[in-house]
Amino acid sequence: MKTGTKFAIGVGIVVVTAGWLMATGIKQSGQYFLTPTELSRKIALDPAFYDVGMKVGAHVVPGSVQRDVATSTLRFTVGDGGATYPVVFHGLPPDTFNDSVEVVVEGRLQKDGTIYATDVLAKCGSHYESVPKKA
Amino acid sequence: MSLLGEFALWIAFLIGIWGAAAGFTGGRTGRADLQRSSRNAVFALAITLLIAMFAVEWLLFARDFNVEYVAAETSRNLPTFYTWSALYAGQKGSLLFWATVLSIFGSLAMLLTAPRHRIYLPYVAGVVCVVAVFFITVMLGAANPFARLPFTPPDGNGMNPQLQNPGMVFHPPMLYLGYISITIPFAFAVAALLSKRLDVDWLVAIRKWTILSWLFLSIGICLGMWWAYVELGWGGYWAWDPVENASFLPWLVMTAFLHSVMIQEKRGMLKKWNLGLILAAWVLSIFGTFITRSGVIQSVHSFTQSPVGSYFSVFLFVSIVLLTILYVTRLPLLQTEAYLESLVSREASFLFNNLMLVGIAVTVLTLTIFPILSELFTGNKIQMKPPAFNVVNVPLGLALLALTGIGPLIAWRRASIPNLKRQFAVPVAAGVAGALIVLVLGMRQVAPIVTIGLACFVMGTVVQEFARGVRARHRQYGEMYPLAFFRLIARNRRRYGGYVVHTGMVMLFVAFTGMAFKIETEASLKPGESVSLRSPYGWTYTFKHLGVSQYDALNRQVTAGTVVVSRDGKTIGTMVPEKRQHVDSFGRPTFQPSTAVAIRSDLREDLYVVLGGVVGGTETAVYRFTINPLVWWVWYGGIVVAFGGVIVMWPGGTVGSNRVASGYTAKLAAANAVGAGE
Repeated sequence: MKTGTKFAIGVGIVVVTAGWLMATGIKQSGQYFLTPTELSRKIALDPAFYDVGMKVGAHVVPGSVQRDVATSTLRFTVGDGGATYPVVFHGLPPDTFNDSVEVVVEGRLQKDGTIYATDVLAKCGSHYESVPKKA
Repeated sequence: MSLLGEFALWIAFLIGIWGAAAGFTGGRTGRADLQRSSRNAVFALAITLLIAMFAVEWLLFARDFNVEYVAAETSRNLPTFYTWSALYAGQKGSLLFWATVLSIFGSLAMLLTAPRHRIYLPYVAGVVCVVAVFFITVMLGAANPFARLPFTPPDGNGMNPQLQNPGMVFHPPMLYLGYISITIPFAFAVAALLSKRLDVDWLVAIRKWTILSWLFLSIGICLGMWWAYVELGWGGYWAWDPVENASFLPWLVMTAFLHSVMIQEKRGMLKKWNLGLILAAWVLSIFGTFITRSGVIQSVHSFTQSPVGSYFSVFLFVSIVLLTILYVTRLPLLQTEAYLESLVSREASFLFNNLMLVGIAVTVLTLTIFPILSELFTGNKIQMKPPAFNVVNVPLGLALLALTGIGPLIAWRRASIPNLKRQFAVPVAAGVAGALIVLVLGMRQVAPIVTIGLACFVMGTVVQEFARGVRARHRQYGEMYPLAFFRLIARNRRRYGGYVVHTGMVMLFVAFTGMAFKIETEASLKPGESVSLRSPYGWTYTFKHLGVSQYDALNRQVTAGTVVVSRDGKTIGTMVPEKRQHVDSFGRPTFQPSTAVAIRSDLREDLYVVLGGVVGGTETAVYRFTINPLVWWVWYGGIVVAFGGVIVMWPGGTVGSNRVASGYTAKLAAANAVGAGE
């Protein structure tokens, strides 16, 4: 066999393995990224769409945040103008979390209509830019 | 000042257009006057942009809050140190910084390029001008750092407290320097394509530039990890966030290039591949800016959405189309001079090294833009979490680590069996011994054991290479061992500097395994209460909460928790994590509260304590306690990598720096040929 062919086979093996690994990774940890409106539409279309891992990107509804520091439980509501969902999260929220930020909630929507979050990421407008306060 | 700055930008814009036109026409027609003019245009560009940059700094220090950028990034009580860095704390200033540094690098390329490579310079000037004009256009059109507000706020918004960290003063410019310096080799590649002078010459001309940009990227990425670790308080340093990936992609491609270029220099192979890598590295550096600035991908870092994204996407699209056309039309000129002779050869091991690096790059790129791809094809935005990245990149990374040890041991062209035995005996023994030792010590996870084994194997290779080189010099010239060691490195900077880089990479790989043994707990503690954690080394750490204190500092209100730490019952120290509320000069809060992590670091493990909050009105505090093994090795591995890069970069090297050198190098090359089977 020519060396070039052998090398091509080697490359093929590596590429196929990497591709297969990537497919596994995607299947295992890929998550839907939805807005509350998209989520409510999905539920309407597919009533079995509960207990699925997903990320929901939305605004925290101002005034909805209840913190219980003693049990480190955080309850709040997220919405995007179209639909709203209550969220329950156990753990430390990020520094930038407050009741006016955009958040990405990672977790599962349960039959009771609540999203049980495993992680809450807050997006400050950005790390590097900030909107000047309108004085 | 803002008028001066804006005026300078417009002048720079016109100079850039002239420089591009003169450069390309001058290169094509060979007209000496145009070539000279394009060269001068690059210098003039650098001067005008420096004036604009000076104007921004002036406004920042003058705290002219009528200027939008100044009001957005500074406040009256911002420390001087961070006023400097406010230049690149925001998008507008970053763009200006980028264009300025590019024009300075361009000028250096004009000045420092050896006379025999001058032929490329008109085109290089042209490319530099085109890229600079793009950045200036973005500034003038969508992100003008000199734009004024209709009113003057009494105080600025202040710098994001997360940027008020020494790491953040150096991390962005380092990354930018890395991104920007890719443009110079890229410009030479385009010059080579346009002028059809595609021999090995242009590779020699860009050698230092490629290492320089690789070095900046490496340092920038490490500083970014350090900043994420000490400042963000989530307990890790790498999360496969799109912004991190954007800096990692060009680094991977540059690393691949630095290796594969050796094959082209030695054997005249891989010409198409190498050119492709340089073009890809540059496109990725622009792409990285695009995805981070445009908000097309969800990231915790996401920058404010702005029209800047669309400028970048157009520029990116046009560049890719033009580069592809240029590349394809020149393919016939890039015939290889040799073919692969054996799979067991240095060439083959380098090819596989490239395959792994590019494979990792393709994986990271695919997974990063997966939300866009999946939305395009299925209508669902599907996001990837870190495990997806790890599933592919851990095996590929380990294969790469193995090749780091194999490559230097195999002969060029075709290795013989006796040669293989002689070369591999010691490193393989070291690797097996290393894996067995950690197995006996009780480590059970597969990936860390394999990593440790491979790390020992690579170190075996590195030590053997150094030992043989030193012994050869000792025998040949009767030098004392330490002298032989330093001369060995000094005379073969690229090769032995490369081994130093490998050593640093080994340290990093070992450090990464530490994250597999991370231990974490959260607790809400009243004063006097404590919590215990068992470290992977078998110690028991006890964290005792003493109390909460509150006080005002320069530009912030601080809430601090005091924790006494003891190991196996013996007190080892106090840790004071803080929660900070930054305020402006009128005492009004700016930004959300931020975290100051308390870290206690040693060679074996880090204790990492975050103050989550205080229960209102009491001294009960919520903490997160983390034990992160081997994090120290990430920082020091990074330093070793950078040090190795500097050795490779250092001017001089194999070309004689003293009178006897030429005789030396020849003899040493012969000695090495015997020693390493070259």
